Amino acid sequence: MSALLELAHLSVTFDLPTGPVTAVKDVSLEVKAGETVALVGESGSGKSVTSTAIMRLLPELARIEGEIRFDGKTLTNLKDRDIRALRGNDIGMVFQEPMTSLNPMHRIERQIREVLEKHTDLRGNKARARVLELLKQVGIPEPERRIKSYPHELSGGQRQRVVIAMAIACEPKLLIADEPTTALDVTVQAQILELLGELQARYGLAILFITHDLNLVRHVADRVCVMQHGDLVEQGPTRDVFANPSHDYTRMLLAAEPDGVKAPVADDAPVVLDARDVHVRFTTKRHLFRPDETFEAVRGIDLRVRRGQTVGIVGESGSGKSTLGRALLRLLPSTGQIVFDEMALQPLDQKALRPLRKRLQVVFQDPFGSLSPRMTVGEIISEGLKVHFPELSRREREARVIEALGEVKLDPAMRARYPHEFSGGQRQRIAIARALVLKPEFLLLDEPTSALDRSVQVTVVNLLRELQKKHGLTYVFISHDLSVVRAMSDTVLVMKDGAVVEHGPSEAIFTAPRVDYTRKLIEASFIDRVA
Amino acid sequence: MTSTTTPYRGEHDDTPLPAGGPNPPAGPDKNTGESLGREAWRRLKQNKAAMASLVILTLMALICFIGPHLLPWALDEVDWSNFQTAPSLENGHYFGTDANGRDILVRTLFGGQVSLSVALVATFVSLVIGVLYGAVAGYVGGRTDNLMMRFVDIMYSLPFMFLVILLMVVFGRNIFLIYAAIGAVEWLDMARIVRGQTLALKRREFIEAAHALGVGGPTIVRRHLIPNTLGPVIIYVTLTVPKVILLESFLSFLGLGVQEPLTSWGVLISEGKDMMESAPWMLIVPSVFLAVTLFCLNFLGDGLRDALDPKTR
Repeated sequence: MSALLELAHLSVTFDLPTGPVTAVKDVSLEVKAGETVALVGESGSGKSVTSTAIMRLLPELARIEGEIRFDGKTLTNLKDRDIRALRGNDIGMVFQEPMTSLNPMHRIERQIREVLEKHTDLRGNKARARVLELLKQVGIPEPERRIKSYPHELSGGQRQRVVIAMAIACEPKLLIADEPTTALDVTVQAQILELLGELQARYGLAILFITHDLNLVRHVADRVCVMQHGDLVEQGPTRDVFANPSHDYTRMLLAAEPDGVKAPVADDAPVVLDARDVHVRFTTKRHLFRPDETFEAVRGIDLRVRRGQTVGIVGESGSGKSTLGRALLRLLPSTGQIVFDEMALQPLDQKALRPLRKRLQVVFQDPFGSLSPRMTVGEIISEGLKVHFPELSRREREARVIEALGEVKLDPAMRARYPHEFSGGQRQRIAIARALVLKPEFLLLDEPTSALDRSVQVTVVNLLRELQKKHGLTYVFISHDLSVVRAMSDTVLVMKDGAVVEHGPSEAIFTAPRVDYTRKLIEASFIDRVA
Repeated sequence: MTSTTTPYRGEHDDTPLPAGGPNPPAGPDKNTGESLGREAWRRLKQNKAAMASLVILTLMALICFIGPHLLPWALDEVDWSNFQTAPSLENGHYFGTDANGRDILVRTLFGGQVSLSVALVATFVSLVIGVLYGAVAGYVGGRTDNLMMRFVDIMYSLPFMFLVILLMVVFGRNIFLIYAAIGAVEWLDMARIVRGQTLALKRREFIEAAHALGVGGPTIVRRHLIPNTLGPVIIYVTLTVPKVILLESFLSFLGLGVQEPLTSWGVLISEGKDMMESAPWMLIVPSVFLAVTLFCLNFLGDGLRDALDPKTR
């Protein structure tokens, strides 16, 4: 059978003012009708550029060389008008972020109808019937009601289903899915993958599946193409590539799974943090004369952490795990008892808390948002020193900063640079250095690895473990990524809707979960091991 | 598992993301730890348009303040032999005279003194008040924010002319009153812009990280919030300066601003406009001065915004 989509020696070069940058170098691959080909690589590998090149959605300054053939047509020299007729009609596309790929001002019906009206002659009631049918196919409950909803009224998974409905509205032959599940919770991810599989079986869709997650690939793809720095380094049937990777990079990606478990801490180690019956309520003012609405994000949680321990908190988005973390550090108002090193935190006001802040530090999820863009790395790291150790001279501060950068394995010479010059993993190291420079005893890690590539995740996890061992740090580790939590934690807390559903030693939870919810989470996130 | 993972760590982790633009070329200045101010100055110097504008603006100010002393005519001196004469080299009125036989060049330079100082002072006042007020309102939030912004709303709803006339009645005629009146009105917009920016920035994680470090409120406003609002603020300042110059001319036109024989660019232009057909130089000369100044301010504003943004280096 001949290929539906064929890329022959495709190169994409961006002519930037600072000189040309080649994002994709001489990539050749093909996708046959009805098969799923996965394009795998980490951020910056050129996988998304490749997929946008197929749809010719690249910015003006991109130059494409080589050839793209789709269904017998050469796309590279088609006119803009002809390529627009292909987009959405013969080739559907699903993007990573379901919130931003839907227009927030339009109802669901209008979003999908727009595609139909562009490419088919369905109008009026017929178009509406087709929209309902599509929503039913992608598994949206109550399509008659949802058709009138705005995107913000849907959950992340439902939004992604709508995006998929738009992509398949005209029964395309090829679906390009660019990280379609990365922004979703693991259980939702499993559902979306299942849906894509169903649709593929029904329509004989070919899917070009772009992802950074090799474990997903094992589950969904017939063939795999691995990209690194714009080069296609390896391709072949999924089973062969996984069983017998020929390229170092593929091998590295496959191994990039944090493993091992944490050495346990003695049972009589002193309790560093003891929280009892913690509640966090958010109040929204609705109206001057109507009662305020309260939403309880954390409902009565007990948590005890001993020195040197790591407590993992897992749960899906919206389960209240980050809120709990912030409440523990008194970054959010809460009720209940929080005792840190035999000191009750709740009665203290912000000023009285300040001396304690250096002992209780935090590393946030988003390495792009948590560093002030107008301060140099040196200024960012030394800021806490200025607050807590005002007696230090400039030179002493500098020495501490250099030491902290060394601990997180960054070149101390980098301290004069600004955060935007660093990659995600490096920024996360800077954030860790900012916390470490104060020599804290307790570190709250709020999804510190979630925004990072797999291989970078592993290095950050290893760094955190090393630092814990070296300084006897105590961690509360919040994550939705169960494999990372498993590798890091002594005990695990599983949260759902603001409450703890299961709590116990890490290995017990992962090997013998008692609650259905935990079991579902574990199954969904270890797809490859179950399959 | 050992802590030395894969041979790829260094290579991958340290590679900047191509999507975020190419790695800036490594210059010798990279690691010297310059302060933001000095570095901004260095970047500004590379911007030719901005530097040319800065030079022209400096020259303009010098000419306006020194020039009148070098010319043989005084501000209100009437040349009885030259009423409304066109520019000429012979009679010494290089830019002509007005209907009262006064030298246009001298009057334009004096006008420049008034216009430039009003623009500078009023803009500076509105900048300082507006940025501080907006940042504090946005950062503190809640009831304080509500009260502060309602006060801004009340100020907005007061008619500007009413305010000026009120000030005139209470304090009498004075050029500083114009500064005060304009400054009192212009900071309102700035406060709203900065407050909006602050509200968006407040939710960012780096602010939360500063809290977690134990940094106090005033320091967070000064060190984290205000620097990050600079982009829109500078744009707005470059829009405010021409607005202030025009506002002053409007006041003067109504007889509430500068008084004869003192003058300003706005006054000269509005006078020149009436004589457009018989004495076009009366309009053209002050207009050119004003236009050049505003042009340069715009270029300088653009350059400053880029220079102060670390991402553009």
